[in-house]
Amino acid sequence: METNQRPLSPHLQVYRPQWTSVLSILHRISGVLLSVGTVLMVAWLVALAQGEQAYQSMIGFMSAPLVLVALVGWTLALFYHLLNGIRHLLWDTGTMLELKPARASGWMVVFLAFVLTAIVWGGLL
Amino acid sequence: MKTLRNPLERAINHGSAGSGVHHWWAQRFSAILLVPLTLWLVWTLAVLAGADYAAARDWIASPWNASMAVLLAGSTFYHARLGMQVVIEDYVHQRALEVTLQILVAAAALLGAIVSMIAILKVAFAG
Repeated sequence: METNQRPLSPHLQVYRPQWTSVLSILHRISGVLLSVGTVLMVAWLVALAQGEQAYQSMIGFMSAPLVLVALVGWTLALFYHLLNGIRHLLWDTGTMLELKPARASGWMVVFLAFVLTAIVWGGLL
Repeated sequence: MKTLRNPLERAINHGSAGSGVHHWWAQRFSAILLVPLTLWLVWTLAVLAGADYAAARDWIASPWNASMAVLLAGSTFYHARLGMQVVIEDYVHQRALEVTLQILVAAAALLGAIVSMIAILKVAFAG
């Protein structure tokens, strides 16, 4: 079998970005961001286990403006990845795959991710 | 490359003919587990916002919450590892770098899961 002569699928750059493809790559990006963000979760748990002093300095670190911005972004990524993940699980069952429901559920996921982030941080701050 | 071996013989036990769908199922299975666990995490964050050290310890120390936290840590790092694995497979085309990153990510995920669980259990057993 000649494997190096097979036609290649067109490179990603020739496609015009579409709503669904943008959300698809955002699912990956949010997943990577969440993976990096787990460092904070581990640090918080370790501080809790180590004692009050370690816990207070962790809380102090998490209250720094830049870290707060990161935490809000992390919350948004969490809700987006959660909701879009459910969208993917529904697709896995073979439902809502047509263009119209695929686009509509995409809008819903983005809208709800922002609303839930606003609710969580509205309650916290 | 020309070969006299049957294409089926070359495919069996490699990739999707062998363990290919395992990764797919593992990713979905951990994703489904993470839906209720993430809701528990959000609930926990809401409870612990503004709580002092003693309250935070009490919350994690309860058997129910400690169990949820251990489950969350396990499925989070498993799911993250599976996801990062495919991202690296798709975008890192230099083989040596790819393998190095895969090992680093797998080790980091394992470490994250173990450290989280030991921290949770330490709080839980200390009461």
